[in-house]
Amino acid sequence: MKSSVITFPGSNCDRDMDVALSKFGFKNKMVWHNDQELPKSDLIVLPGGFSYGDYLRCGSMASKSKIMNSVINFAKSGGLVMGICNGFQILVEAGLVPGVLLRNKYLQFICKNVHVKVDNKENTFFKNLDKKVLELHIAHNEGNYFCTKDQLKEIEDNNQIAIYYCDQNGNTNNQINPNGSIKNIAGILNKEKNVLGMMPHPERMIDENLSGEDGSIFFKNLLNNIK
Amino acid sequence: MKVSAVITLKKDVLDPQGKVIHETLDGMGFNSVNEVRQGKYFEIDVKENDPKKAKDLVENMCKKLLANLVIENYKIIETQ
Repeated sequence: MKSSVITFPGSNCDRDMDVALSKFGFKNKMVWHNDQELPKSDLIVLPGGFSYGDYLRCGSMASKSKIMNSVINFAKSGGLVMGICNGFQILVEAGLVPGVLLRNKYLQFICKNVHVKVDNKENTFFKNLDKKVLELHIAHNEGNYFCTKDQLKEIEDNNQIAIYYCDQNGNTNNQINPNGSIKNIAGILNKEKNVLGMMPHPERMIDENLSGEDGSIFFKNLLNNIK
Repeated sequence: MKVSAVITLKKDVLDPQGKVIHETLDGMGFNSVNEVRQGKYFEIDVKENDPKKAKDLVENMCKKLLANLVIENYKIIETQ
């Protein structure tokens, strides 16, 4: 299976994502944001980081870069696209997933492990995942998911919420909401379910000695789903 | 020609920075503040001398890049 990770000026999780994808069997290529064309891929990943120094709004500049035309066409034709953290912010700015990511409610950069509940398994990213709650890492300043009431209704009606912040038992409530996101939303899908944006970093949880291995579970499952 | 645009957060959108500024102002003794909302201001010098065309151009920039219309409003405030 082939994957591509896009590097924007200021991306800093691109190499981690490359290591993770390669570890679980993807043949990964790194793609520069100024390129026009994508290599043949089964999965495109927009990595975390601080593209363009978060100028104007996080992800806004990167969403207009040259490679994004190809990424948008790839997504519109049904290709799998995943945006992690800053990649999620780029996806919302590009209009590939609904909503926006605002500054964290308590104005603090949050860097810690969180639990997320996988609610919707009717998509390629989470299908057949045998764990309902994953422990993943978040590190962001703008992860407070927001959308209009109409958008929220549409998102819920179409089953587009991919993951929620929760406690280790899978309970979602205000107390464990780290950043103020509406409905504890940590990740969201597009209507067609081939584009996933999420704040947590699965690529940081792939080594039993350094972190947890819930990221490994995610990547192994993803590879099996794409095969 | 110079055109200015102001981007503000929509009414329903939480503005934690505005809130903190409000609290700080309170602490400094400015007790008569009802609310503070923080926004962005742009001065754009365009190669266009017709005021209407210049305004339309900047309006288009606001829609496509400068503002995110899910959470923000824009207003062209002056042309000169």
